[in-house]
Amino acid sequence: MAYYRSTVLVSMDPVCIDKGALDVKEQLIRELAIYNLSEEVQVLDSPRIGDPESEGPDILVYPEGSHYIQLTTATVGPIVMEHFIKGRELQQYKAQMRDVMDEELGEPKDKEIRIILEHIGKIDPRNIEDYIAVDGYQALAKVLGEMTPDQVIQTILDSKLRGRGGAGFPTGLKWKFARQAPDTPKYMVCNADEGDPGAFMNRKVLEGDPHSVLEGMTIGAYAVGANQGYVYCRAEYPIAVSTLNTAIEQAREYGLLGKDILGSGFDFDIEVRMGAGAFVCGEETALLASIEGARGEPRVRPPFPASKGLWGKPTNINNVETYANVPKIIHRGLEWYTSMGSEKSKGTKTFALAGDVAHTGLIEVPFGMTLREIIYDIGGGIKGGKAFKAVQTGGPMGGCLPVSNLDLPVDYETLGAAGSIMGSGGMIVMDEETCMVDIARFFMEFTQDESCGKCVPCRVGTRRILEILERICAGKGVPEDLPLLRQLCSEIIQDSLCGLGQGAPNPVISTMKHFLDEYEAHIYEKRCPAKVCRSLITFSILPDKCTGCTVCARNCPVAAITGERKQTHVIDTDICIRCGICKQVCNFDAVVIN
Amino acid sequence: MPTIKSIDDLKRLREEAQKVKELRDQTGKTQVVVGMGTVGIAAGARETLKAILTFIEDQHLPDIILRQTGNIGLGGQDPVVQVILPGAETVTYGKVTPAMATRIMEEHVVKGIIVQEFRIEA
Repeated sequence: MAYYRSTVLVSMDPVCIDKGALDVKEQLIRELAIYNLSEEVQVLDSPRIGDPESEGPDILVYPEGSHYIQLTTATVGPIVMEHFIKGRELQQYKAQMRDVMDEELGEPKDKEIRIILEHIGKIDPRNIEDYIAVDGYQALAKVLGEMTPDQVIQTILDSKLRGRGGAGFPTGLKWKFARQAPDTPKYMVCNADEGDPGAFMNRKVLEGDPHSVLEGMTIGAYAVGANQGYVYCRAEYPIAVSTLNTAIEQAREYGLLGKDILGSGFDFDIEVRMGAGAFVCGEETALLASIEGARGEPRVRPPFPASKGLWGKPTNINNVETYANVPKIIHRGLEWYTSMGSEKSKGTKTFALAGDVAHTGLIEVPFGMTLREIIYDIGGGIKGGKAFKAVQTGGPMGGCLPVSNLDLPVDYETLGAAGSIMGSGGMIVMDEETCMVDIARFFMEFTQDESCGKCVPCRVGTRRILEILERICAGKGVPEDLPLLRQLCSEIIQDSLCGLGQGAPNPVISTMKHFLDEYEAHIYEKRCPAKVCRSLITFSILPDKCTGCTVCARNCPVAAITGERKQTHVIDTDICIRCGICKQVCNFDAVVIN
Repeated sequence: MPTIKSIDDLKRLREEAQKVKELRDQTGKTQVVVGMGTVGIAAGARETLKAILTFIEDQHLPDIILRQTGNIGLGGQDPVVQVILPGAETVTYGKVTPAMATRIMEEHVVKGIIVQEFRIEA
């Protein structure tokens, strides 16, 4: 093979061709010949490079990686002269360098294993050929060419893949039920309604590697016998929606979606449906109602969606991450996949690490890793060298686990037994300065707001719990509040239809179980041990540290601080609104909370 | 737009796509940079570049990235050639004739031994 010192990729996107890409390419070849560079510089056709509408026709020059845009036959000459003869980039025709820094997804840490996140940031999500280059759609080819639907289901069963949306139901079993349902047509649905505050694993996959989800859905559709699929994505993810739509369009153009996929006779197509921002629509029956155009409220199960789902027809619903696992399992084999994870939970799980941890962001670890390893080895420990207090897994319906649970392995069963949930993978770390009553109040505020209102225990009960917690935080709690909270929690769990109501009390139950002393301090001693609840704290100035610099007095919004210059200052606690500004501005650590 | 009608089509497309992707993936490769400013060209940088190209082609070394850049800014030292081995610091050579370039390629790029007598301070 001849060696070229440089390669020019010319975008052959249809829009670029419309705008004269073929003439540009011809001119380029001519100019290179004039300067005797034909043997040094190679010219190749390429799929789209930049945005064809605003940047085409465009070329990409390697090894420099220079991206020249909006080319005409007249601009090719100067580029050849400057770039290839003189080695200078022509700034006026160059595209702005795109910011490639990704703050959400850093380099993998030592203990991470990345399967789902493997290609994110390394392939262009808007270019299907990038996905194909990393073995994309090979699993689909294998399934359609060599496997029966039952074999596919058996493979997924054997892989022990479990629903990554949180409940952990075996995916193979779900597919089997949908396949066995006699009614037709059948539907495949992807739940991309990622609503947990702080969680963005699914968004990252949809934005960075959308074809892995489409391929997984197509394989599943073949297995259950569905010909139409829907991705239900929340409207708050506009980039994910647009990336998905581009990916679906390209898959159709390449014949990987639509009629007679890969000549197998199997038809399947996918459409995107946008949610309107209701948290409850992540619940599968509410989600289906929303796709149908009805109000997003859950309904009684059974019948389960596998027998009566979308428009009363058999429907299979899986989460984004579940689908993204499927092609990897088929392509790389069971042995590889089941070598990772714990006894009952195989493979990996993505988490969004947030809160008081040193390295926040997305991570992916094999099941069975302990919370301690995740928080300390991967997350880098607690921010600012403070002590660990609790970690909440699984989003607003998860439980808060204390230090004594740090060595628990992370899998569905263990987290469930400890009083939390796997959820979709939110993980919020809290340090010693977190008030657990306040945290319970915070999550209850979220869930009571998101309760759809269908079940009275959830609608009214969460409201009552929130009121009690607000009362305790305000120092007005009474001893009877504790048994009342317990009773409300157990009744809401018992009498609610869906996961939202059944999970809503979790933060309260788990904090009462592990941090009861904090509740008692608030109620009996009117004291907030973490010094967070404003009604229960006072600010004062230490005379031996105060230099009388007047900074606090000048910044106090209610003029509660008095004192002469170079004399010790004093806070009038009757006027003080406990905003904490004085503590923030003091340069001598003289302001303390009591 | 190629419609994929069979598994063979898909495999073919994968190979093509991998080639394009490989081009864009440059980490971990040896880079040879030739200063091709006006001064460099006047001093014979094109001939030096040609010699390097010929060497790479004759020795079948496809994993080397040969780049050109503008004036490197070392007055009087043109043509300037820089060699960057993966993980190593940039080594700069000055007044590189085609014959010197071939030796740099043989010793530094292939065997990893810096040709000290051609080296200049950058």
